Amino acid sequence: MGTHVGGRRGRAGTHQDTLCEVALSETTGTPAPSTGVGEVGTARVKRGMAEMLKGGVIMDVVTPEQAKIAEDAGAVAVMALERVPADIRAQGGLARMSDPDMIEGIIDAVSVPVMAKARIGHFVEAQVLQSLGVDYVDESEVLSPADYANHIDKWAYTVPFVCGATNLGEALRRITEGAAMIRSKGEAGTGDVSNATTHMRQIRQQIRRLTSLPTDELFVAAKELQAPYELVAEVARTGKLPVVLFTAGGIATPADAAMMMQLGAEGVFVGSGIFKSGDPAARAKAIVQATTFHDDPDVIAKVSRGLGEAMVGINVEEDPEPVRLAERGW
Amino acid sequence: MTTIGVLALQGDVREHVAALESAGAHAVPVRRRSELESVDGLVLPGGESTTIDKLLRVFELREPLRAAIADGLPVYGSCAGMILLADRITGGIDGQQTLGGLDVTVRRNAFGRQVDSFEADLAVEGLEAPLRSVFIRAPWVDDVGPGVEVLARIPERATDGTGLGEAAGKIVAVRSGRLLATAFHPEVTGDTRVHALFVRLVTASRRS
Repeated sequence: MGTHVGGRRGRAGTHQDTLCEVALSETTGTPAPSTGVGEVGTARVKRGMAEMLKGGVIMDVVTPEQAKIAEDAGAVAVMALERVPADIRAQGGLARMSDPDMIEGIIDAVSVPVMAKARIGHFVEAQVLQSLGVDYVDESEVLSPADYANHIDKWAYTVPFVCGATNLGEALRRITEGAAMIRSKGEAGTGDVSNATTHMRQIRQQIRRLTSLPTDELFVAAKELQAPYELVAEVARTGKLPVVLFTAGGIATPADAAMMMQLGAEGVFVGSGIFKSGDPAARAKAIVQATTFHDDPDVIAKVSRGLGEAMVGINVEEDPEPVRLAERGW
Repeated sequence: MTTIGVLALQGDVREHVAALESAGAHAVPVRRRSELESVDGLVLPGGESTTIDKLLRVFELREPLRAAIADGLPVYGSCAGMILLADRITGGIDGQQTLGGLDVTVRRNAFGRQVDSFEADLAVEGLEAPLRSVFIRAPWVDDVGPGVEVLARIPERATDGTGLGEAAGKIVAVRSGRLLATAFHPEVTGDTRVHALFVRLVTASRRS
């Protein structure tokens, strides 16, 4: 690990320094402290990190060994967690932030970025993850929510956050709270890609609709989306979210990953799909390659051969409503 | 018109395409050997260097690219792209390879993890006003061979006079012949002066 140019692990991100201001664009985030060389934790630095992950695959790992396999397969980052979503689903009970020892073991094992999950609204788990030096915090519906009303004030941290969304309004509310990256939620731990497609189509369709609206209809659009007008107007003008949009939740095959990319995802999170399959190393490589050449069926066909058993899936429709993870977060 | 490719295996390809276009070039993504043949210059974008290295090999672009660089293809690399251009790297993973061509040693993730990532105004050789420079898990250059021109360094001291530790004075932008590299990401700032510099370099090499 390199020198820390700034203070140890940047800003504290305590609940107390939450500011009332709602910062919407890159230039108006909570003022970042100077660290000597420059400013850490600015919106540009946080969102920029996600830009560098584009076209890549982020893989869930539960041990340093799995993290190495992911890195060797070409993952752009790994998500350190104690149980993959399929196991969380199967075993039930509460799911919380992982043991710091386990996260640190993974940070030490690989040189690619390491992400970790905090519960929705659990701002202290997020403080702990920042203190451990994780590169991105996923405020995730895969874990049990800690607050059923509020998400974390993500502006208050140096570490950037990724959040899940099932539709444009949800994505914009997370961005308003400071998320520097969005992933469509899908339905984690199922191996069923149908919800991932629904959510990605929904977000993209709502963005396309905004771009076609006359300006005087954007005010009502913002009301309907339950998102700030300025952000809605920005999306209408640019035709994209102001942060990177990945996909997640149910991607199990190279063709799944490629389909999500063709639907407009800028990169892919694969959770249980790799290490719950017959040959994780081969499948991980294949999904990386299919993501890069997502528009070339010859490449996808080639990399899809001989991968062994895919993860045993659960059909989302057979999944009783109370355990649908995508419905956590609002 | 000058056509410049952006290696599009992984990373912030769109930002480089946009920056090149606003600097007056025609920019195209490059993922295949055939696409490489039709460009006058190439940008290696920011991204994950270990991932891009693997994809270069799997999709058989590594050798053609090395040959093109040896043959004088102008290349600009930012961050991961700087790592890929370096003849020598430290802090790489087992078996990590670079394309090489630039006689420098680059230290991967030298400034630390994402919480240490920062932006600052930096004096860059050849640019009149300071450049807003965004460093994201960025590398720095530990040493340069003869013939490598240093274009930018981290200052020795912060503006308030405090020392900058190991980062003080580190080289973060270099040029050698037709190869240009920065540890930072001008493509995410909207300031296209570095890209304009590269477009001029490519255009000049086309004429020669």
